[in-house]
Amino acid sequence: MASVKGSRSRGIALHAVLVAGLLLSAFPFYWAVIMSTHTSSEIFSYPPKLLPGAHFLENVRNLFDSIDFFGSMLNSLLVAGSVTVLVLFFDSLAAFVFAKFAFPGKRVLFALLMLIFMVPAQLAAIPQFVTMARIGWIGSMTALIVPAAANAFGIFWMRQYMKGAIHDELLDASRIDGANFLRQYWHVALPVVRPGLAFLGIFTFMGQWNDYAWPLIALTDPDNVTLQVALSQLNGTHGTTDYGMVMTGALLALVPLLIVFAIGARQIIGDLAKGAIR
Amino acid sequence: MATALEKPPATAERSAAARPRTGLRRHWHLYAAISPFYLLFLAFGLVPVGFSLYLSLHRWDGLGPMEWAGLTQYRYLLTDIDFWSSIGNTIVIWALATFPMIFLAMVTAVLLNSAVRFKNVYRFAYFLPNVTSVVAVAIIFGSVFSTNFGLVNALLQAVGLDQVAWLNTPWGIKVAIATLMTWQWTGYNAIIFLAGLQTIPGELYEAARIDGAGPVQTFFRITLPLMRPMLLFVLVVSTVTGLQSFSEPQVLLQNTANESTYSGGPGHAGRTMVLYFFQQTFDNNDFGYGAAVAWGIFLVVVIFSIINWRLVQRRGE
Repeated sequence: MASVKGSRSRGIALHAVLVAGLLLSAFPFYWAVIMSTHTSSEIFSYPPKLLPGAHFLENVRNLFDSIDFFGSMLNSLLVAGSVTVLVLFFDSLAAFVFAKFAFPGKRVLFALLMLIFMVPAQLAAIPQFVTMARIGWIGSMTALIVPAAANAFGIFWMRQYMKGAIHDELLDASRIDGANFLRQYWHVALPVVRPGLAFLGIFTFMGQWNDYAWPLIALTDPDNVTLQVALSQLNGTHGTTDYGMVMTGALLALVPLLIVFAIGARQIIGDLAKGAIR
Repeated sequence: MATALEKPPATAERSAAARPRTGLRRHWHLYAAISPFYLLFLAFGLVPVGFSLYLSLHRWDGLGPMEWAGLTQYRYLLTDIDFWSSIGNTIVIWALATFPMIFLAMVTAVLLNSAVRFKNVYRFAYFLPNVTSVVAVAIIFGSVFSTNFGLVNALLQAVGLDQVAWLNTPWGIKVAIATLMTWQWTGYNAIIFLAGLQTIPGELYEAARIDGAGPVQTFFRITLPLMRPMLLFVLVVSTVTGLQSFSEPQVLLQNTANESTYSGGPGHAGRTMVLYFFQQTFDNNDFGYGAAVAWGIFLVVVIFSIINWRLVQRRGE
């Protein structure tokens, strides 16, 4: 299409754009890493510190002394892991129905789902606590997992994704072969929507991992909480906030999230050649 | 919400609706498959929604007895200049953030989907704004837009323009908040588009290349039309979440606000609808009116979403 020289200069321009985006995206994160290696007073000194300091291990030690880091991380893994698995299953199943089948009441039910999606989240907290207390789930991880097991966002996302990804001919062929609904879902739909599931999985896990307001209300035992709630206990426990330690905690809490992203993102672009413009 | 591409033709749907009982029996597995979401909403969502409706018809300070107020709080809401100005602020900020964000996300996704090296590194970097600690983000953006020492003003001066008191003027505040939102969510939307690009069969691009189509033509003739379901998703989700934004303005303006963290900065120029809800509910302890505000927000979000849905859905179909 173009000469070797032309495509090379285009490649350089391409990388220039992508690197500019990379620097913009990554700089605040880099700076958060830097903050975690300094003491609180160093962080707010002038000029601002742009290179790593020597206090990272000290911050880590203070952090582990202040909160039950690994215990609360285990709770977070349990909640975020369970919710992600449940959401991936329930949302993709419902989305498959909305994207590919006709049945009475479909439009009304979908409109209702979208309306529920638009209800401001701030309305819920107080009455939800009352409901949970009545069932007796307050203080346990169940209060975090069960209400989050299916959501409108994921169903809407998977429906949009399946409209493009699952071709009707495939479904027709499998129907002629005698596949029932569940078989179609498992063997025809799921294999072709892996990038869509990967996106939903990454951001469901992340949303649960970072959720703070509801766990803070629902987990009444301060010794049995999720990681974000434990981290919030660091703010001002000794009168002033140790920002170096707080940043270290926030950063270490990201490690599982980054691992989940690294695994999930690989599913989004499976094989390199597919759909590529060369 | 017309869906033109549904499988069995409309006649089948109509005849099924005419015989509801057989329809229900024949389609029971479909209803069962979508039921978990609705059952969870009945169990955990309906009570909060009902309670807030009930609350919006009462005056309540959170402690004392509730006082029946009927529709007076909704009537007041319609004439509340502060609420209307918060709607204006929200929509301006939303528009300033959303359109650049969708454009940049689409460009990023297409670039990353082409055969470029170090793809994993870029993808990882673009994910970082979504997980960077709020504290670090607040400090950095606060200093980027600072009037005297800020990076933006330094750049403006370098090219001979006047400094702008970003966090002190109505438009400066909105631009700063919108920039923060764009920074935080572009990578997220790029990942959505990237996933969507995987549904386009490679043969289509192959055929376009053989027909001699350039990259721009390929984008507008193949990529964009086939990405419409994704575009609809991104636009509707940005509408629903963007119109309910509060963490971005709160993070950015918390140090400039004199009265409370929910005030939205000097002149309330960054006070979004949800910040106004927080202010009424938790600063003024006016829980009843706060609930009415929340339902006002809901209505604005629904209207806006329907408009956006129609816009994307109708064009070209």
